[in-house]
Amino acid sequence: MYDPTVARLTYRALLGRRRALILGALPLLLIVLSVAVRALTGADDQTASDVLGGFAIATMVPIIGVIAGTGAIGPEIDDGSVVYLLSKPLKRPTIIFTKLIVAIAVTMVFSAVPTLIAGLILNGNGQQIAVAYTVAALVSSIAYSALFLLLGTVSRHAVVFGLVYALVWEALFGSLVPGARTLSVQQWSLAVAHKIAGGDLVTSDVSLTTATVLLVAVTALATWYAGQKLRTLKLAGEE
Amino acid sequence: MAVEQPLTSPTGDQTRIHDIGYRGYDGPRLGRSYASRSLYSQSLRGAYGLGRSAKSKVLPMLLFTVMCVPAAIMVAVAVATKAHELPVQYTRYAIMMQAVISLYVAAQAPQAVSRDLRFKTVPLYFSRPIETADYVRAKFASLASAIFILTAAPLLVMYVGALLSKLGFAHQTKEFAEGLVSVALLSLLFAGIGLVIAAVTPRRGFGIAAVIAVLVISYGAVSTLQAIANVQNHTSAIPWIGLFSPVTLIDGVQSAFLGATARNPGAVDPSAGQGVVYVLVVLALIAGSYGLLMRRYKKVGL
Repeated sequence: MYDPTVARLTYRALLGRRRALILGALPLLLIVLSVAVRALTGADDQTASDVLGGFAIATMVPIIGVIAGTGAIGPEIDDGSVVYLLSKPLKRPTIIFTKLIVAIAVTMVFSAVPTLIAGLILNGNGQQIAVAYTVAALVSSIAYSALFLLLGTVSRHAVVFGLVYALVWEALFGSLVPGARTLSVQQWSLAVAHKIAGGDLVTSDVSLTTATVLLVAVTALATWYAGQKLRTLKLAGEE
Repeated sequence: MAVEQPLTSPTGDQTRIHDIGYRGYDGPRLGRSYASRSLYSQSLRGAYGLGRSAKSKVLPMLLFTVMCVPAAIMVAVAVATKAHELPVQYTRYAIMMQAVISLYVAAQAPQAVSRDLRFKTVPLYFSRPIETADYVRAKFASLASAIFILTAAPLLVMYVGALLSKLGFAHQTKEFAEGLVSVALLSLLFAGIGLVIAAVTPRRGFGIAAVIAVLVISYGAVSTLQAIANVQNHTSAIPWIGLFSPVTLIDGVQSAFLGATARNPGAVDPSAGQGVVYVLVVLALIAGSYGLLMRRYKKVGL
């Protein structure tokens, strides 16, 4: 199910050249921000929770997920070089699975690790906040990568649609329509974080059982469907 | 051209090297300004997907609708309740909808320049009478106009609605004009930032992500810092923090000079001095992005 060559190629497509820079800029910003906040306010659990929840989980993780998830397959389909990959004696689901693993790994490294560091800077893991948000980042990395990888195989405007989901659906709709929050990767991962963090600093609108079931279901379905989609991929020229 | 020169040419007219019978063009040459105007209008149409496939019309048109619908709803509410004032100021509208505007810029800025780079059509443009400055100006102006259309249309909806529901004409006109100035500045600023980032990468997807990262993430970071400064009673720091993201820059300019109330946490309006700094930073960013684009296109890989 895992092909090292495909993985190596995907890593290079994601991190090669200047691309690692943009992926690295966001985590760097988070860390700079948390240093500034710590200097301004000192260690405070509520502030730490606000920064990590509002900036790391709500904006940084989805954006890195979009870049890594769609970037793992989108550009190849876009420029047509995916045919060279598809013509190899590899199962299409294997290709998807490998790319998913790589996308998850990249998203985790660039989102969960800085979240942990930022959490430690902000309040030294008081009330398990840093760990809770790190776990949330890890969990949502998996779901986001699977979702956006699927988007990458479905549409050539995957990045835009991914961003519309991440920014408009989760942020805007989620704050206006409470029902939209049940269908949001962010809330599912926060449900997991809620279990770990002490007190009511981390809250979620979804129960842990629902969240876990939905997370697993979405990840599995998205991966399966992306595999199916790649089996019947039609290569189109630039519009 | 390795062509044999005829050794003897008794009459001057015999020196023709090769004539395979193509007819030369002797019609009017429309020249440089015509070419750059065409580039401008085509890019502007392209920014809304006009003249392109149906699929590429979906997103810009969708975002345009999303921008206008809340304005229409506000007008309807104002008419129905016979209010004396629209529920939202003209200047505030663009700041409220900043996520939609950012998405539009992120989607359309790479569309305007990345494809030319990727399919290596830029050298073809420069084989026409246009020059680097014309290309940059045409692209810059077309994206800025496209964003202006996107941001000014809802204001127009609100203005017409306000006049129809007989709100004070002079007062509404003044506020509408202030709103237009603010979105014009916003269009120039966003177009500049979007194009500079998009012109770096030939990959459309990466351009989109980079533009959105700069516009949205900087706004998120700045708002977080401002909220914390507000909680900690460092309110004097709030306007200075606002200098570091495009959205809060525009917000600062309009709350200093265009009669808006600041949208930052704590609603701290910048002082007149800070307002001048805001304007200077905005102008410097616009000029700087124009300069960077000129530098970028000085040499385009052949």
